[in-house]
Amino acid sequence: MFDWKWGFTFEILPRLLEATLNTLIAAGLGYLIALVIGLVFALAQRTPFRLLTFVVREFVEFIRSTPLVLQIFFVFYVGPQFGVRLSPWTSGMIAIGLHYAAYLSEVYRAGLDSVPKGQWEACTSLGLSIQRTYFKIIIPQAIPTVIPGFGNYLVGIFKDTPMLSVIGVMELFHAATSIGAETYRFLEPYTLVGAIFLVISLPAAMFMRRFEDWVRVSLGMKKLHAKD
Amino acid sequence: MASYLEFLQIYAPRFLDGTIITLQQTALGILLAVLVALVAGFMKMAPVFPVRLPAIVYIEIFRGTSLLVQMYWLFFVLPLFGVTLDKFSAGFIAVGLNLGAYGAELVRGGVQSVRRGQYEAATALSMSPFTRMRRIIFPQALLNMLPPWGNLIIELLKATALVALISVTDLMFESKQINASTFMSAQAFGTALIIYYVIARFILTPGMRGLEKRLSRKLSIG
Repeated sequence: MFDWKWGFTFEILPRLLEATLNTLIAAGLGYLIALVIGLVFALAQRTPFRLLTFVVREFVEFIRSTPLVLQIFFVFYVGPQFGVRLSPWTSGMIAIGLHYAAYLSEVYRAGLDSVPKGQWEACTSLGLSIQRTYFKIIIPQAIPTVIPGFGNYLVGIFKDTPMLSVIGVMELFHAATSIGAETYRFLEPYTLVGAIFLVISLPAAMFMRRFEDWVRVSLGMKKLHAKD
Repeated sequence: MASYLEFLQIYAPRFLDGTIITLQQTALGILLAVLVALVAGFMKMAPVFPVRLPAIVYIEIFRGTSLLVQMYWLFFVLPLFGVTLDKFSAGFIAVGLNLGAYGAELVRGGVQSVRRGQYEAATALSMSPFTRMRRIIFPQALLNMLPPWGNLIIELLKATALVALISVTDLMFESKQINASTFMSAQAFGTALIIYYVIARFILTPGMRGLEKRLSRKLSIG
């Protein structure tokens, strides 16, 4: 195929695979941050403090309607202006973690809202503590609603990690760009990056669907997906 | 605060230029995304596999990889195959094709969400399959899929920020340049963030709401 060099391909493949590890670490770490902060965002919007609810709501809305790349630049460059120097990794994780926290908070919210009000009332009338209400009654019922969302955003954060390359995080896309700059060959590195992304994200998405059905079945619900 | 006003006085024209390019990229991206979403969405519902296959391949490739990778591929690799795109076109084409793949699934979901009885009623009135789709099924499907399309269009606006990385002089690009020459990062990037927010919240969101309202009014009057 058009000038495709297999020798060169195998020469750069180890370097790209090594960088893939960084991509996976970035996605995983960012997702963990997003899971925790997202929960905080979601719970903050359920408190009776109107002002807090309003501020968090608007902040989430702001993050969700502005580009991630710009947020990454913002976090990376604004620190030094005020004398705080953050490494590319730190600022990248803050930016991508916050960005996805905003999205995940909506998933948490939808999950908690999907549980009928009667369930809360039943818990109150049985005199269950707030912990038992959440852990034994509400959360198990919210899980099937939130799994697709969590799954999509996990794949989503993985696909957004190339944006971290703009501030110099050494992930997969950064490695491909460096190879391109060193060798003036773009065909193999960028095609390989695309292929690596596909090889990871397609099975991941399929696994998510299976997992969703598995959870639904084990909670005594119907499967959503036919065999794929 | 005074210094921020001075900053704006000097750089407002450049932010404005960038915003115009961003809006152009967004508009062209939406156009392309809607077009390919319709084509791929309907192809994916075809009863014969050879028609479904190209749609499936397109959707899975564009949803399975990163927009940034797709854009760089279109801009740096496609010329090797004899197709050279200028950066402006490469930008909105990548954005449109990427979001179009997500849109195709919305089209499919929307059409499939229309109830069986609607098909049967249209058939009972001896409508041809094409008329049935055009007059009965698709308008209802459109109403169902407009809210998720609203989210997708916001995603598209945000996605256009990446075209700055292939040097399209959009809002993101201008803010980066201004940051590089002034080191006033909070002002440069902050202003751009606010402009994106205003476009998303006060132009695109109300626009989509208006569209939804108009369509639902039209459908209920018949």
